[in-house]
Amino acid sequence: MSEVLVLVDHADGAVRKTTAELLTFARRLGSPSAVFIGQGMDSARSFLQQYGADTVYVIDSSDVSDYLIAPQAEALAQLVERSQPAAVLLTSNAEGKEIAGRLAIKSSSGVITDAVDIAAGNGGVSTEQSVFAGNYTVACTVTHGTPIITVKPNSTTPQPAPGAAQETRVDVSISDAAKTARIVERKERAATGRPELTEAAIVVSGGRGTGGNFEPVEQFADALGAAVGASRAAVDSGWYPHAYQIGQTGKTVSPQLYVATGISGAIQHRAGMQTSKTIIAVNKDEEAPIFELVDFGVVGDLHKVLPAATQQVQARKG
Amino acid sequence: MKIVVCVKYVPDATGERRFNADNTVDRVGVDGVLSELDEYAVEEALQIREVAGGEIVALTVGPEEARAAVLKSLQMGADAGVHVLDDAIHGTDAVGSSLVLARAIERQGPDLVLCGMASTDGGMSVVPAMLAERLGMPQVTFASEVTVDGSTVRIRRDGDTATEIIEATLPLVLSVTDQCNEPRYPSFKGIMAAKKKPVETLTLADLGLSSTDAGLDAAWTRVDSFAARPPRSSGTIVTDDNGSAAAQLVDFLVGQRFI
Ligand SMILES: Cc1cc2nc3c(=O)[nH]c(=O)nc-3n(C[C@H](O)[C@H](O)[C@H](O)COP(=O)(O)OP(=O)(O)OC[C@H]3O[C@@H](n4cnc5c(N)ncnc54)[C@H](O)[C@@H]3O)c2cc1C
Ligand SMILES: Nc1ncnc2c1ncn2[C@@H]1O[C@H](COP(=O)(O)O)[C@@H](O)[C@H]1O
Repeated sequence: MSEVLVLVDHADGAVRKTTAELLTFARRLGSPSAVFIGQGMDSARSFLQQYGADTVYVIDSSDVSDYLIAPQAEALAQLVERSQPAAVLLTSNAEGKEIAGRLAIKSSSGVITDAVDIAAGNGGVSTEQSVFAGNYTVACTVTHGTPIITVKPNSTTPQPAPGAAQETRVDVSISDAAKTARIVERKERAATGRPELTEAAIVVSGGRGTGGNFEPVEQFADALGAAVGASRAAVDSGWYPHAYQIGQTGKTVSPQLYVATGISGAIQHRAGMQTSKTIIAVNKDEEAPIFELVDFGVVGDLHKVLPAATQQVQARKG
Repeated sequence: MKIVVCVKYVPDATGERRFNADNTVDRVGVDGVLSELDEYAVEEALQIREVAGGEIVALTVGPEEARAAVLKSLQMGADAGVHVLDDAIHGTDAVGSSLVLARAIERQGPDLVLCGMASTDGGMSVVPAMLAERLGMPQVTFASEVTVDGSTVRIRRDGDTATEIIEATLPLVLSVTDQCNEPRYPSFKGIMAAKKKPVETLTLADLGLSSTDAGLDAAWTRVDSFAARPPRSSGTIVTDDNGSAAAQLVDFLVGQRFI
């Protein structure tokens, strides 16, 4: 069975849930080989084992981790050359897509981004994506080289399937050209204690209608164990950090439940949430376009509805 | 400083967007615009030119109509335009587009290649990285703040979990987000001046390429089918009378097992 390379998305060995999703998809195509770049393999080992990595390639060199993108693409290209995998899977975030782009050119391979489903087709690996702000679904096939595919978070439910996680240390040679963009400073964002936005099962978001007061949004989110998001209008007003913006130029989320409060539902916002399973909106304007998307809508003032709902949720939970 | 800014002509996101019978995006029969996210790249180029001096060339690869993207860039203040126009390019994938763009960029020999963070149609965010790879340049991408100091470029990049400061030296490929600046509207003077600015039109052959390098048949990915997403079935909408809605909302959440 041929290998499928999965680039592990982690912070110092703390592996993100998306990697489990990639490993789950990888098993459909062949034998998953995790590629672990950087430090912290000791903390990552049991996770990779649990989700079915048969092999783990460990590349632990500061040449790769201190620089941006290009060295990771070089390292992966060398592994692709060596193991001739059936596919390479990466997480669909800024970094994953860029590594995929460089890798495609290096390995003369077709690339697909933002897949939400993957299957082993007859003519090669086939994928499904959601395009044009979620208004269309397209099916694609990579027809040349090694299929390089970035997968959107929350596209599948991770399924544990113990793997051997046989470790192989890999030495890669990183060219000087790849080391020309350097990370000179890095500030981790303070943890909020809430679930990661793109991985959360429930997202509650606020827009211009909050008037700058996100407290009711945050409290409702906490009652539901949800992540908090924001519209661009709220971000541009300086009410909430850009890292939490949902939409075309922010994050794309696809949770089980999305609650939009004080958000009108512009096309660019929809682009980031339209594929959510269940959608709820609270908006005081019954004509707001967001109501076209909802499973349940409340025409009302979020500053009244949310605090009351928060209280009742807490009461029901006891 | 010589800057090439890559500008894409895309179907207007606020209008109808659709596919052709050959599963490619309809770029001709619908309203098109300069990709809004590339306006930020043009604006950044203008601001860098204000500090470092030099020349800005706006480059597009696309059908006849794509000339509008170059024109808008010229109206904003770019100095010259290049339009790669060839029927053979129809249906190209990102790999093919990046090859055509790279060849056209090489002819200009720029110090800086500027791109938007993503095209608003395909939205792959891979072309800047592909250009960097093809041109043998470093890439600093998704910049939310750019400072150019001599040949050093410093950017702020707001990632998923951290904010990073990244440094690289020219020549390089830079992509900017919509947090970077506020694109200007073309002034009347700008619109008039644009009419006299040079726009060079090139074919694949001019770039030493052919239909085996870019276009539908040369693509390394294939769109097999497309389907409009079924409309969401209309939901229940309640009006909040004297605080009645909170309980209905919570009932819905319980019914759907979210609580
Ligand atoms: C290139 C480009 C990229 C963009 N990218 C994004 C993106 O990534 N994400 C994004 O969100 N937007 C994006 N936008 C902006 C988008 O077009 C909208 O402007 C934005 O989404 C509007 O945010 P909003 O819904 O919060 O504000 P508005 O459209 O002003 O809506 C506010 C809503 O709140 C309601 N309201 C007011 N008060 C209350 C109250 N007390 N209780 C309940 N409801 C109330 C109002 O009825 C209204 O419907 C982008 C735009 C462009 C051009
Ligand atoms: N056909 C094109 N013509 C000019 N620039 C392009 C073209 N395609 C992509 N680009 C540039 O590459 C960026 C990212 O595009 P994409 O990878 O398609 O999301 C865009 O914002 C443009 O700056």
